[in-house]
Amino acid sequence: MTTLPDKTSEMEQAVAEIRDGATVMLGGFGVPGTPFALIRELVRQGKRDLTVIKNDANEQGLGVDHLLAAGLLRKLITTHIGLNPRAVAMLNAGEIEVEFCAQGILAERIRASGAGLSGILTDIGAETELAAGKQIVSVDGRPVLLERALRADVALIHADKADRFGNLAYAATARNFNPMMAMAADLVIVEAEHVLPLGGLAPDQIHTPGPFVDRVVHLQSISEEYGVVQR
Amino acid sequence: MIARAAREIAPGMVVNLGIGLPTKVVDHLPSGFPFCLHSENGMTGIGPSLPAERADRNLIDAGGAYVSPIPGSAFFDSAMSFALVRSGRLDLTMLGAFEVAQNGDLANWKIPGKFSPGAGGAIELAQKARRVVVLTTHTDRAGKPKLVEGCTLPLTALGCVGRIYTDMAVIDVTPEGFALREIAEGLDPDQVIAATGAPLVLPQGDLPTF
Repeated sequence: MTTLPDKTSEMEQAVAEIRDGATVMLGGFGVPGTPFALIRELVRQGKRDLTVIKNDANEQGLGVDHLLAAGLLRKLITTHIGLNPRAVAMLNAGEIEVEFCAQGILAERIRASGAGLSGILTDIGAETELAAGKQIVSVDGRPVLLERALRADVALIHADKADRFGNLAYAATARNFNPMMAMAADLVIVEAEHVLPLGGLAPDQIHTPGPFVDRVVHLQSISEEYGVVQR
Repeated sequence: MIARAAREIAPGMVVNLGIGLPTKVVDHLPSGFPFCLHSENGMTGIGPSLPAERADRNLIDAGGAYVSPIPGSAFFDSAMSFALVRSGRLDLTMLGAFEVAQNGDLANWKIPGKFSPGAGGAIELAQKARRVVVLTTHTDRAGKPKLVEGCTLPLTALGCVGRIYTDMAVIDVTPEGFALREIAEGLDPDQVIAATGAPLVLPQGDLPTF
């Protein structure tokens, strides 16, 4: 009997593969599912001029905010940054470029790329300012927008459980954008709270199959950033 | 107003409640009321919000509130979540508003130069929910009407709003424009007319209060 390849890696080594100027997808919708440890390592290694694709900009002191504070982020493709005043201020001051996308369309553009498609056709946002500059295609006589697939150089993913081959399972609403992003980048790095031997995840429990994943990093500890936000 | 809006929700519905006032609607439903609450991040069957000390760090709604599961809850990814919205499975959404026009146009995500955090899921909710109702104060903080002839702010979606619940009135969007259906107790129609930035069609007979 053959076996499945082992993709476990050290965090420092995995993040060292990311180059300056990379386009980086970050999982997460708010706190759950955000790869905080990988983001910290990105900041520690000083990767700069990054284009980040993430649902939101987290809150101040969390996740994406560290990239903003360190001046490492050039452009953000996102749906909503209202919970991070620093992101709003940097946008207003022209210090970062922000491209807003309707939330489900961001998810579909990522999913499309992960599925090997060039884009999607949708009437979402037609006749609003989100349609500006987008190609219009006629489908059955109806005008719809061509939304291009979004691909990244790297996706940073947070999973609850992974096996050594990179089969993944997410916890509760920490799933959010992670499964699509795990399909849509040339290098997919996963941080997992639990890394199990092969067979530790039942085939029916797997949300992302291993072939999409390149590196699996075991989180030795869960930092405060992953905890319940005290508001 | 919130208690009145809660009567929008019929048994069996799949419902999404926007952040702010709409979230409070659920507090006015009777225990055991059969309906399904949806959240954009990827959950259906949302139970009560939990205080920080009892919260699950991996379980939030789209507004960031820590919520609880109930028997029958489901978790899924955000693409699945919006597939549900765009394909017509969402019976009702309740949203906030900066402006609602008499033709049902909604502006609720951007005030150029002042407030532009992005629309999140609002565009898809407003455009694709089977019914869109707005919960809002009748006027803004400066006393300016939120119900207007035409929106001046960037639109969320066109012609989407069916009904508006405010602190003053229940108003339907009809082919003839805004129609006053109910009025808050103690107000008279002239006060509502004065606070509304577009013509208001008054009912022929009784005007129920809430």
